[in-house]
Amino acid sequence: MFIRNVLTTLIIGLTPVSAALASGGDGPAIPSQDWSFSGAFGTYDKAAMQRGYKIYREVCSSCHAMKRVYFRNLEALGYNEAQIKNIAAEYTVINKEPNDEGEMFERPALPSDAFISPFANDNAAKYANGGALPPDLSLITKARGNGSNYVHALITGYEEHPPHGEEVAEGQYWNTYFPGHKLSMAPPLMEGQVSYEDGTPETLDQYAQDVVQFLTWGADPHMEERKSTGFKVIIFLLMFAGVMLSVKRKIWSDAH
Amino acid sequence: MGHAPREGFDNPIIEWVDSRLPIFTMMQKEYGVFPTPRNFNWFWNFGAIAMFMLITMIVTGIVLAMHYTADTKLAFDSVERITRDVNGGWLLRNLHMNGASFFFIAVYIHMFRGIYYGSYKGPRELLWILGVVIFLLMMATAFIGYVLPWGQMSLWGATVITNLFSAIPFVGEQYIMPLLLGGFSIDNATLTRFFALHYLLPFVIFAVVFLHIWALHVTGSNNPLGIEPKGPQDTLPFHPYYTMKDFFGMIIFMILYAWFVFYAPDALGHPDNYIPANPLVTPPHIVPEWYFLPFYAILRAITFNFNLFMLAGLGLLAVFMVEFIWRYKPKYLSGAQGILLLVAGSGLAVFGLLADFNQTWAIPMTASTDVPISAKFGGVLAMFGSIGLLVVLPWLDSHPIRSARFRPLFRIAVLVFTLSVFILGYAGSQPSDKVYLSTCLGDAQACEAIEHGNADHIEAGHEPTVLALDNTMVAQAFTALYFSFFLIILPLLSRFEKGRELPTSIHEAVLAKKQKAGA
Repeated sequence: MFIRNVLTTLIIGLTPVSAALASGGDGPAIPSQDWSFSGAFGTYDKAAMQRGYKIYREVCSSCHAMKRVYFRNLEALGYNEAQIKNIAAEYTVINKEPNDEGEMFERPALPSDAFISPFANDNAAKYANGGALPPDLSLITKARGNGSNYVHALITGYEEHPPHGEEVAEGQYWNTYFPGHKLSMAPPLMEGQVSYEDGTPETLDQYAQDVVQFLTWGADPHMEERKSTGFKVIIFLLMFAGVMLSVKRKIWSDAH
Repeated sequence: MGHAPREGFDNPIIEWVDSRLPIFTMMQKEYGVFPTPRNFNWFWNFGAIAMFMLITMIVTGIVLAMHYTADTKLAFDSVERITRDVNGGWLLRNLHMNGASFFFIAVYIHMFRGIYYGSYKGPRELLWILGVVIFLLMMATAFIGYVLPWGQMSLWGATVITNLFSAIPFVGEQYIMPLLLGGFSIDNATLTRFFALHYLLPFVIFAVVFLHIWALHVTGSNNPLGIEPKGPQDTLPFHPYYTMKDFFGMIIFMILYAWFVFYAPDALGHPDNYIPANPLVTPPHIVPEWYFLPFYAILRAITFNFNLFMLAGLGLLAVFMVEFIWRYKPKYLSGAQGILLLVAGSGLAVFGLLADFNQTWAIPMTASTDVPISAKFGGVLAMFGSIGLLVVLPWLDSHPIRSARFRPLFRIAVLVFTLSVFILGYAGSQPSDKVYLSTCLGDAQACEAIEHGNADHIEAGHEPTVLALDNTMVAQAFTALYFSFFLIILPLLSRFEKGRELPTSIHEAVLAKKQKAGA
């Protein structure tokens, strides 16, 4: 427990360097959330990821693609093979190769397929969204400084009325945390919009927490393996360093 | 090599090989019994650590290249596939991208060691210059490597840096740029040639490292006292003393490296590089990797043109430096002529600079179309010059004492220089127009209006003067300090610093230190 606290403090002490370099000081400070995945021993919360995936499926995915994540990856959320097959089968895809007659054909999606993008290409996405391109969310928490906190802040950071003296155009919305504040995405979530079956409160903050769990996993699926491997590697290196220090001292004892 | 009589080995297989190719004899001579000063401190670990990092980079890089696709349409996806789907791919990539940073950390400490203890001085000048060549090759390799993932910062960082070459007169725009890019802008042809070069250059580095170590084994290592070993009592065999000490230091370094690889793999990178490259969208702040930041600050610090007045003034000052500081006795000029040179040189340089800032004066030959060196080209020259100065460092500092331990003034100068490199690094990471301090002089109401961002409402004739210290000024001040360290302070110190008395031998100094510690 002590080691855990020390390591966590060290990590928290080190990471803001990049966040501070990246943020560039535009807009108010992004509030930090208490994530299950932060710290040296942090892990993803499977129940939260499942809820987050539900939000993504029912809300986000109508505009945002997530093309780097595959149905087979959903195993990490705690689904079994049969469940994943069923989830994939709800979607249809155009097969990559033509059939024997040379015709392209549609078929139900398989676990080996990537998440289905809502639009055929970027132009179609822009045309349907008033000229703004909804970014692919596969890497969103890595592609923004302080990503997980930023996405949470963005989802919960809308203001109904812009501050005095500011105006937003038709089809734009005021967001406290978006650089430049004028965002083309309407507030995506509101209280009670997505129903939870496990009794978790259906609040905006809870939705944002859950969808960020899911998106952070989507951007960094090997995080748990990375941290647990790192712990072993560092413990090994520390012990090895101790051995080498005594070897060095022994050898040098006759030289000084 | 191989001319001295061999001693022979007991093991028949080793003896069979060695009598035909005396590789074991060579290893025994160069790494086994190689006489090494007995008084190294921990700074002397970083050569071995840098070697370890180079090997790590080559090994991880070769495996990554097996999975990478150099095509603008596929590069980003292939890197993502490596981190998501290739077995252990996330580890390989984290090792490689953080490895670049840690290679630079090791090399920067190694270079600091070289400067602080005067390792560049005779007879080790060529050893030092080969080191600068390695540093330049590393910078080229790292820069090219950052382009390969084809993220936003890859594309736009490369755009900014390659665009610099267009400032080179006559050949830049017409020949160098198309050769570098393979076209008129950064595109698929650029990516494929960068990938080819990124695979080639590490092996060139390896070859120059071989020469670097060869030169080291001719002169032997410098040491913290900066005096040459006089006999066996001053040295220890490289193995096991320094092999084991280097091994221990390497593991400590690896712990720090592993920390970043496993717990903060993206802390040293830029989030924008997780956005696929898009030639139509420019990121708000284009920032190079951290290890380039001091040089990037120097590049951006040159915001003024070099007109003929400035060049003439700088030329006269250079003549003064050569005649009165480098030569111990002036050869061609008298003292009065020297003062005249100093006054005329600084006067012309300052006048030229003022004329450039005040274009309304309309001084002939100072308009930006009439200057021999534009601000952009000046920045490029300053950036490459800042590294080029390292090549001639052994001749800029001709003081007979090597180690800063026995040169109190040089010691202060090196530490201030190091600090100014850190400050330049910070300046390089910030936007040019960032204001650190500002004060408003004049009409109080107008000042208040400016503070609230309502500058449009100020009546004509009431505009106050705003004095501001911005990032460009900080970069300029420390760029000046960087260059004056090499061009003014080192030659002056070489001539005027007395230095402290050197110990008679390494052996005696080590014994004295031991007795002091014992008492």
